[in-house]
Amino acid sequence: MLLKVKDLSKTFIVGLLRKKEIHAVRKVSFNIKKGEFISLVGESGSGKTTTSRMILRILKPSSGSVIFEGKDPWALHKIEDLKWYWKQVHGIFQDPFASFNPLYKVDRILYQTFNLLNIESDAEKEHLVKESLKEVGLRPEEVLGRYPHELSGGQRQRIMIARCYLLKPKLIIADEPISMIDASTRAGILKLFSDLRNNYGTSVIFITHDLGLAYYVSDRIMIMHNGSIVEEGTPDEIMEHPKHHYTMRLKEDVPLLYRKWKGF
Amino acid sequence: MSTLLLEAERVKSYYHTREGTVKAVDDVSLDVENGIILGLAGESGCGKSTLMNTLMMKIRPPLYLVDGEIIVDGERISKMERKEIKKKIWGVKISLVPQSALNALMPTKRIIDFIRDVVKFHVDVSDGEIVSMARKRFEELNLPEDSLYLYPHELSGGMKQRAVIAISTLLNPKLLIVDEPTSALDVSTQKRVLKLLLDLKKFKIIDSIVFVTHDIAVLRQIADRLVIMYAGKIVESGTLEDVLSNPKHPYTAGLIHAVITPEPEIRKRGLVSIPGEPPNLINPPSGCRFHPRCLHAMPICKKVVPELVDISNGRKVSCHLVKA
Repeated sequence: MLLKVKDLSKTFIVGLLRKKEIHAVRKVSFNIKKGEFISLVGESGSGKTTTSRMILRILKPSSGSVIFEGKDPWALHKIEDLKWYWKQVHGIFQDPFASFNPLYKVDRILYQTFNLLNIESDAEKEHLVKESLKEVGLRPEEVLGRYPHELSGGQRQRIMIARCYLLKPKLIIADEPISMIDASTRAGILKLFSDLRNNYGTSVIFITHDLGLAYYVSDRIMIMHNGSIVEEGTPDEIMEHPKHHYTMRLKEDVPLLYRKWKGF
Repeated sequence: MSTLLLEAERVKSYYHTREGTVKAVDDVSLDVENGIILGLAGESGCGKSTLMNTLMMKIRPPLYLVDGEIIVDGERISKMERKEIKKKIWGVKISLVPQSALNALMPTKRIIDFIRDVVKFHVDVSDGEIVSMARKRFEELNLPEDSLYLYPHELSGGMKQRAVIAISTLLNPKLLIVDEPTSALDVSTQKRVLKLLLDLKKFKIIDSIVFVTHDIAVLRQIADRLVIMYAGKIVESGTLEDVLSNPKHPYTAGLIHAVITPEPEIRKRGLVSIPGEPPNLINPPSGCRFHPRCLHAMPICKKVVPELVDISNGRKVSCHLVKA
């Protein structure tokens, strides 16, 4: 088992005088095997992103555990150990603009990955960067040397995915990676994640509010609501025989191309 | 023949920038009939939002209206003074909910105070009347009345969007333009916003809607007519059914094929996206602007700009593959 998440919970405390507890994630448990593609689906505020941030070691869990290849990332403190974790578990986020520093050329975000890799020769680095861009369907001469604002959202997100081709992480956590991207290029980007899985056995946790997207790429879909996983199954099980009332609502609310909603 | 609420004739609006002239809307003609929902679809950067700002005459440098005429409900607004447009047209005859509308509310004002300011600009009524008007409208549209007394940060994204739409239509404009109103929302919230738009029409608060989005599956749910825009030009238009079931322009077909929804029809054909990126509008490609990405491009496509021709009953296409 690559990743084991057990009873993971996060409670935020808000307010100064009248303290209020917000249970963002409640006792979430799941496992991911090598090469498995799972989707975490739910509406805004359901706790999907909080869960992903706890796995990425950005947000400390209130209770419960994350075990990746037998190790608890929160017990890692030495820089070599942390570098190992960052190389193995990689995050891709919703807003591909926010991931870039607007003052630097896009090359920087790719070359930064070499801090986690043992590659000395500059020629080798340049070669790898160019190869990784080709893998994600970009022409190196069109994007290298340019600034983030000169590229489209789709191109920026592809560059973020090119980092995965350089690092070859074992687990990618993609949090709404295509919701800010044009409908016309979504399929192409979604396919890149499937390619990584098929070619390198990378496991993927795909986080989305759109059951339609999850349906095409996942081995398993987990439905999250109010901080808990309320249902899980294969895409066909979830789409054809949803059991939880929330899953049914989610399914009904996806706009379809060939069917019109009742009452619309 | 139904009457026209809005007529745009050969409109050109360009941004004059240091790098060059961006031809964001280049020779676009568009009619909106009374009583319809018109869906406008296209990729980011194709000029959709610029076209909407132009239709409203919300034109500020570096954007300039270079050519063309815009007539809203019989008034030639392309010739009007900005002051007059602000007072007599915006919010009264035609309202725009821009893409960033979630941030349109004043963070330091309660919703009701914001409404008071907006309404007073256009009509001379007392505070009490405005409050009762807003309450009545929120009740009619099934929005929680309590939200009128809250600050924007206390509302959820979906509620904010619905409040902004309700406020924009408070003075019963004939035409409402909504620009990507649901793109930042999750599916369940999106459905609620779409329902609100339909209610506005059902209760005759507004007559017509122009709905701008890159998501064709959303348009499928609410639009009557579809207009497809690419690189500053309209490439195809027609009834929703006609365009979806029988797209004539290769770009339209590409957009439809790029839709990802959980349906057997789509599962069968697999996921396909349009290759390449939309062009830079400072130096758009010669001839048909879609030719570098088009799978059916012919030698003529590079040289000659295809005209938008009527092929039958208001169905228009601009492509060299299609003969009138």
